[in-house]
Amino acid sequence: MLDQSYYDKTDEIIAVYGRKPSSLIPIMHDIQDTYRYLPGELLTYVAGQIGITEAKAYSVATFYENFSFEPKGKYVIKVCDGTACHVRKSTPVREYLCKELKLDDNKHTTDDLMFTVETVSCLGACGLAPALMVNDAVYSKMTPEKAADMLQDLRGREQKEQEGGSEE
Amino acid sequence: MRLESRAQAIAYRDQCLENIAQETCRILICGGTGCLAGGAGVLYQKFMKLVEGTDTRVQIGAEIAHLGVHKSGCHGFCEMGPLVRIEPYHFLYLKVQPEDCEEIFRETVLGGRPVERLMYHQEDKIYPTQEEIPFYARQTRVVLEHCGHIDAEHIDAAIAAGAYEAFAKALFTMTSEEIIKVVSDSGLRGRGGAGFPTGKKWSQVARQAEKTRYVVCNGDEGDPGAFMDRSIMEGDPHRMIEGMMIAAVATGAQEGYIYVRAEYPLAVERLKMAIAQAEELGMLGDHILGTDFSFHLHINRGAGAFVCGEGSALTGSIEGNRGMPRVKPPRTVEQGLWGKPTVLNNVETYANVPMIIMRGAEWFRSIGTEGSPGTKAFALTGNVCNTGLIEVPMGTTLREIVFDIGGGIKDGGTFKAVQTGGPSGGCLTKEHLDEPLDFESIKKFGSIIGSGGLVVMDNHTCMVEVARFFMSFTQRESCGKCVPCREGTKRMLEILERIVAGKGEEDDLYMLDEIGNMIKNMALCGLGKSAPLPVLSTMRYFREEYEEHIFQHKCRAHVCTAMQKYVIDPDLCKGCTKCARNCPVGAISGKVKEPHRIDSDKCIKCGACMSSCNFKAISVEA
Repeated sequence: MLDQSYYDKTDEIIAVYGRKPSSLIPIMHDIQDTYRYLPGELLTYVAGQIGITEAKAYSVATFYENFSFEPKGKYVIKVCDGTACHVRKSTPVREYLCKELKLDDNKHTTDDLMFTVETVSCLGACGLAPALMVNDAVYSKMTPEKAADMLQDLRGREQKEQEGGSEE
Repeated sequence: MRLESRAQAIAYRDQCLENIAQETCRILICGGTGCLAGGAGVLYQKFMKLVEGTDTRVQIGAEIAHLGVHKSGCHGFCEMGPLVRIEPYHFLYLKVQPEDCEEIFRETVLGGRPVERLMYHQEDKIYPTQEEIPFYARQTRVVLEHCGHIDAEHIDAAIAAGAYEAFAKALFTMTSEEIIKVVSDSGLRGRGGAGFPTGKKWSQVARQAEKTRYVVCNGDEGDPGAFMDRSIMEGDPHRMIEGMMIAAVATGAQEGYIYVRAEYPLAVERLKMAIAQAEELGMLGDHILGTDFSFHLHINRGAGAFVCGEGSALTGSIEGNRGMPRVKPPRTVEQGLWGKPTVLNNVETYANVPMIIMRGAEWFRSIGTEGSPGTKAFALTGNVCNTGLIEVPMGTTLREIVFDIGGGIKDGGTFKAVQTGGPSGGCLTKEHLDEPLDFESIKKFGSIIGSGGLVVMDNHTCMVEVARFFMSFTQRESCGKCVPCREGTKRMLEILERIVAGKGEEDDLYMLDEIGNMIKNMALCGLGKSAPLPVLSTMRYFREEYEEHIFQHKCRAHVCTAMQKYVIDPDLCKGCTKCARNCPVGAISGKVKEPHRIDSDKCIKCGACMSSCNFKAISVEA
């Protein structure tokens, strides 16, 4: 069971877009932005609120690649495998990240829910190929070595945050 | 402040112009996705601090200059980012790092002197201004004229540059028929790929009996290797919005929707800002400029489905459904969004409209070719020296684009092909270098202009692997509604994967050809119909590469790992045993201080030996 706060937050989101069927996708976006995934219970709840069947809501949610029913990591690393990145060798970068984070084609998120690695078709940063995106920040001209630095950087930031948190 | 009439709008523009004119020295930091990734955000903060630390009025020579720092849109020269442009000198600084800011500020902003080491160099020649750099000098920037030159986050900058004048002209002085006639006469064709005449589309919507109409902008730029629309949305959002508003005046629409890819968070942010600022001024909303014309604009974020770039899938997605194309007719102009007549154009098409209204059809026809007037923005990427966003007249040759603007092939490789139109297009080869790029001629060679991605490939690119790459993309993105696309792309991908893995069979090329043509003729939507094009096109121009893969198990580009063979050169090997110790599968044997050898049956081609060898004794044989 999800905590009541989840439903309260969802009510707020629904109020922004209105109780109509066409609000489904924006609502799902905002829920996912808030919780880093789309909890099934909330989707069922939203369906009831905006007047569509549960089946319809699931059919839409599963159609689009962006929506995930599984919790994603705090840092979602989207490795671009668009044409430009592909010909400028993005595959070694992805392979490095997967190896380093012990992920594979079926497992995209680390057990500590810190990192998720996804492959995306194009970030539109082709001039900087190969590119990847960590949450909303784009990293350009990646190599496995630069990816290693990036991970170290993110881990360092995380450690600092935790230390900062314990002081409070 | 709310503008209530055309006179007030003109007065407001004059005010904006005056404000801008006061800022005699301007620092424009590229705030496009590319340069932000390279650290442009830090540069902006740094320049802000430097300006705050001084009096904003400074003396340069005999004159007093007022300083301004702005975040602009994409300058286009992404390869050289982050870019900083300094006005009024037109200086363009490349690859600017935070530690360069103080020098730029001291020398150029305060001293009016150039910082030569940050300028573009080629063969010992320095190019101080943007306009002189060969990358820009050979372009014709019409749609992108303001990208990188104005502040992308403030409507005043856009208005000072002329935004919404064409809209006011259309609203106050032209009838619906007149607007449509100018757009039709200009010969503007849809820049999203299909090249359908825009004026014709508008007149079809205007003709419908149903009075509720919509204007929709397709910003779902999903083609891998394309980012023209992103740059316009980020760099000059008002121009595109103005184009949509003119379409609304022409067709009598009351609501508009912009559908933007979820992968473009910055574009969404800039558009939201632009809409909010336009609403505040009374340029959008109810009773615009005191007239009876009302227009409301909404933004819809995509959710990662390539097929949503197809018209009926896109409108379906806005309605909150699965983005699946439907059978046509009825077409979008008759029954589009919510079953109502809908104008659906892409970002670049709308961005062309304001200038056509201002300068007329004749002017537009004077650029480009007879059948394809105007310019086209291309995203030039891949193995080329100067990657970035370019704009050239239709009919420019591939050679000019790749070699003159693009600066040739990166790292001394040789030109092999240019992939146009992404997964819906095909490739152009050496023999097409002197052909003009326009809608008609490119179609003759089995490709399409598409939305405008040009991915340059050199001798290190395997065309069979590229075909497999595109097929795996379209296969993944196939919505599954029609059988030819859903099953056909799967079978084609299986065959291509087999060939790339060195297990190709004699019949494979014949089967690819047959299935490819079947999908092309029978699929429901544009995605399906064009899905086999990359394969058919590479088979047409690079058949020998396919045959080498199948019959000789050879990949001339050394890309397909299954066909690689790692060998140790006995003359170079010192027998240090490092490779043997690094091999994860124990495929390397040999005695200390004697040349080693690799057992290719055991080798998994991971390359660990090659990267560990200090003597460059290990190489890959195709």
